[in-house]
Amino acid sequence: MSLQIENLKVYYRTLAGDVQALDGVTFGIADGEIMGLAGESGCGKSTLGNSLISLTGRMRYVGGTVTLDSTELPIWDFGDMNRHRFKDLSIIPQYAMSALNPTRKIGRMTGELLESRGMKHKEFIPELKRRFELVGLSEDVLGMYPIELSGGMKQRVVMVVSTLLDPSLLIADEITSALDVSTQKAVAEMLVEFRERGFVKSMIVITHDISILYQVADTILVMYAGKLAEKASAETIINSPRHPYTRLLISSLPEVGVTYSGKRLTGIAGTPPALLNPPEGCRFRDRCPFAYEKCLEEPPFVEVDPGHFTACWKEI
Amino acid sequence: MSGHGNDSRGNGEAGLIKLENVSKIYSTGTFGGKAITAIRDVSFEVQPGEVMSVIGESGSGKSTIGKMILRLSPITQGVIRFGGTDISTLKRKALKEYRREVQGVFQDPFSSYNPIFKADRVFSMIKSEFFPGTSGPEWRNKISLALEAVTLDPTQVLNKYPHQLSGGQLQRLLIARALLLDIQFLVADEIISMLDASTRIDVLNLLADLKGRGLGIMFITHDLSLGNYISEKTVILRRGLIVEMGATGKVFGNPTHPYTKMLLASVPQLHRKWEEIADELKVSETVLLDREAAAKKAYETVSEILAPDADDSVLVETEPDHLVRFSPEKAREIEPAALAGKTA
Amino acid sequence: MTKSKKSAGDSAAPATESTMQKGAPMAPLDTAASERKPAKAVLNRGNMGAVREMLYFAFRNRKLVIGLGVVVFFLLFALIGPSLAAHQGTDYGGPLAHRPTLQGGYYFGTTYTGQDVFAQFVGGLRLAFIVGVIGGGIAAIIGMVVGFTAGYKAGLTDELLNMLTNVVLCIPVFALLLVIAAFMDIKGVVPEALLIGFVNWPWAARALRSQTFSLTSREFVSLARLSGEKSWKIIFKEIAPNMSSYLFMMFILLFGGAILTAATLDFIGLGPAGTVSLGQMMNYANSASALINGYWWWFIPPGLAITLIVGGAYFMNVGLDEVFNPRLREM
Repeated sequence: MSLQIENLKVYYRTLAGDVQALDGVTFGIADGEIMGLAGESGCGKSTLGNSLISLTGRMRYVGGTVTLDSTELPIWDFGDMNRHRFKDLSIIPQYAMSALNPTRKIGRMTGELLESRGMKHKEFIPELKRRFELVGLSEDVLGMYPIELSGGMKQRVVMVVSTLLDPSLLIADEITSALDVSTQKAVAEMLVEFRERGFVKSMIVITHDISILYQVADTILVMYAGKLAEKASAETIINSPRHPYTRLLISSLPEVGVTYSGKRLTGIAGTPPALLNPPEGCRFRDRCPFAYEKCLEEPPFVEVDPGHFTACWKEI
Repeated sequence: MSGHGNDSRGNGEAGLIKLENVSKIYSTGTFGGKAITAIRDVSFEVQPGEVMSVIGESGSGKSTIGKMILRLSPITQGVIRFGGTDISTLKRKALKEYRREVQGVFQDPFSSYNPIFKADRVFSMIKSEFFPGTSGPEWRNKISLALEAVTLDPTQVLNKYPHQLSGGQLQRLLIARALLLDIQFLVADEIISMLDASTRIDVLNLLADLKGRGLGIMFITHDLSLGNYISEKTVILRRGLIVEMGATGKVFGNPTHPYTKMLLASVPQLHRKWEEIADELKVSETVLLDREAAAKKAYETVSEILAPDADDSVLVETEPDHLVRFSPEKAREIEPAALAGKTA
Repeated sequence: MTKSKKSAGDSAAPATESTMQKGAPMAPLDTAASERKPAKAVLNRGNMGAVREMLYFAFRNRKLVIGLGVVVFFLLFALIGPSLAAHQGTDYGGPLAHRPTLQGGYYFGTTYTGQDVFAQFVGGLRLAFIVGVIGGGIAAIIGMVVGFTAGYKAGLTDELLNMLTNVVLCIPVFALLLVIAAFMDIKGVVPEALLIGFVNWPWAARALRSQTFSLTSREFVSLARLSGEKSWKIIFKEIAPNMSSYLFMMFILLFGGAILTAATLDFIGLGPAGTVSLGQMMNYANSASALINGYWWWFIPPGLAITLIVGGAYFMNVGLDEVFNPRLREM
């Protein structure tokens, strides 16, 4: 499988105008690649993940193409996308585990989901049970209500159900955020295992927690204010990032072993720009210690090293 | 760090918080039939100029300790002392004085502000109660100084509504409010978990600077790397019990209790993979994820496979400034003499 | 591996430390930028802007405008009407059961006993509004006191108040009112309104209690307690204003409900003596077999008025819900 995104633009409609949440992103994901999508609030990562599969609410498709396995996805057409959803690409939405219908037993919920996709529930029960067991859930779970399950268990249920039809691409939106540290590890490792077992070919893992990405992702794509900042292997992003934002971000993360008295870390002063009327040129220039005149012109997102892309005049 | 009985080291002046065998039991059900123990037999001490991290997962009871110290939740058993005085005895005027010394900041900056009022109303709220006689200009000066201490620009944060400010600014404003009162002890309950990564460190650094000025801080978190960054002492809580505590360097450098090891093994680190860390910690099979065995019953996480500490387990000092919870048998092996004089 | 990280970190560090020293002012804030909010901008220019935004949506909302229009129309009618009436409602002397005519000023015709329907109507309208405001107001006040206290204090207080609410809720309101009205001589519309108010509050208390619960769990209430604010102050200064739209809507519903209850009581003949309200008009009309006899001008105006006022109030409420709750608005 491969995913190719070309100059994708998705804006939000508001009374005050269009918020340019995703403003022209271009990148690709190879077969079997787990790509982490990282960034802070408002950077557009959730918009990117969600727009690939369902443009709803106030999201508005403005331009660009999305090609999955050589087929162009008609993301602007909600109805047309239906034949791709769940089969070719699938999503584990944010807060999915809190969104399980409390009045439905898990088995019935899954059945209803499959029926709505035109599939026979009975055919899938053996496979469902097999996968539940693989992730450490007993088949009794099918007969339980969501309230009887803990957070980690619900998350695992959602993961299995979302990938039941072996989609090529799985988008996981902040699936570890609300979990305890030990559960986070289990869920993150499960993502990798899903790929190993062939349930999913490639993944986009959206999170604000870069350290989890270091553990499970092959590559990391860092976004800032609706644009791409850097994409490289996880090792490179953590150990030798090139975009100033990535560098400042990585160096501001505390970790076990680093103490204040030992090495005082610093953050990034300022806040991201409002995307209602974004500034000209590089969106990070107001906070960037290396900004100079060229930054008034928007830098392109180009390959500076094999497999290492960044959008910064200083690095090109 | 003393776990040996009642060591009243505090005097009236020291901003010292001390918990002595504190428990919190909730009664639920109609007219309080059932009992749920949130905290059991917790004892520790925080000195002025010291940051104590209280680390635990959800359900560990860490927030409950904070609420009890803040007198927002009644103490069921045990005593909490501030400067030697039992805080549950404080009433009205004395309680107000206590509030002048001990304050809290909570997790969600946007929930901490009443959305219909401007953000700086948090300042005027305390003026009427605590500084009734202060004149206008004098008050404004105090606010300026407090804002400066938290590195906020008055022109950017005053006279604004909460939704016009960022999470980091809102949290810092709350710290400034606490500083206005000239507090001695701050309860920081997950105050940076809802902030973006790039601003977290600024607020953390602020807390570290404040401790340099003599403030005692209880830093409640689930994130070990944060605790490690700024604290001198660490307490690891599990299901209401302290399983390990002591100097941060010792607890993180030489983790002894299986739960602590498991926590450390689960934290995603930035430069070492999980496998490396697990090897290093020599986390045994009982602690590592055992899928086959676990799949038989719908288990939750590794921490569920880990047997909980028994009711009669005790805290034992394994090295100076490092206490670990063991079963009585194990404790006897390690420190037979100490077991005799222990209460918890 | 670690070495290259160090070099990246080191080259960043000196630059950041020099340009971003501790205490340096932050870059100017855009009003819509916030870490926690998504890229969606929110139309906010402070609270004044929020009120203006609400008014903007308020006047565009058809249900609100129509409902409000109907209620206001009748209110004006009630205020101005009596000065337009040519007679008193209790005067006799007109033609018996006459159709509406401009002759003699019997705009709505006359009753079976020769009384001016129009005069009775406008008098009844006034009484209806009085009952609505007083009855609804009393119910709102009791509901607020009980609801807020139960929601804020929780624990035993909550259990007791809850029991009280449930008991009053389960009492068959009508039967109670019937019994009281039958044995007590209600003189005037105000005692009737009070009675209705004392009986109609439970559902309001219930609703406010649950709203209070959810607001009390917000951290700004904890912060208020930490700032030394007293409980009642917290309820009225912190919690209630956050529910203002809810309280407003609740009052409108209680207003409508009170009018309806009063009209029904009056219709079955248990209304206050000495006055003629809309319900009583319908009662008399019914006794005179107005429907069969075709005296439509006698019962249609009061019936229609009650229906439209109460219906308009409820309609208004639905519209208000859309105005106050941004998620229900269509873009």
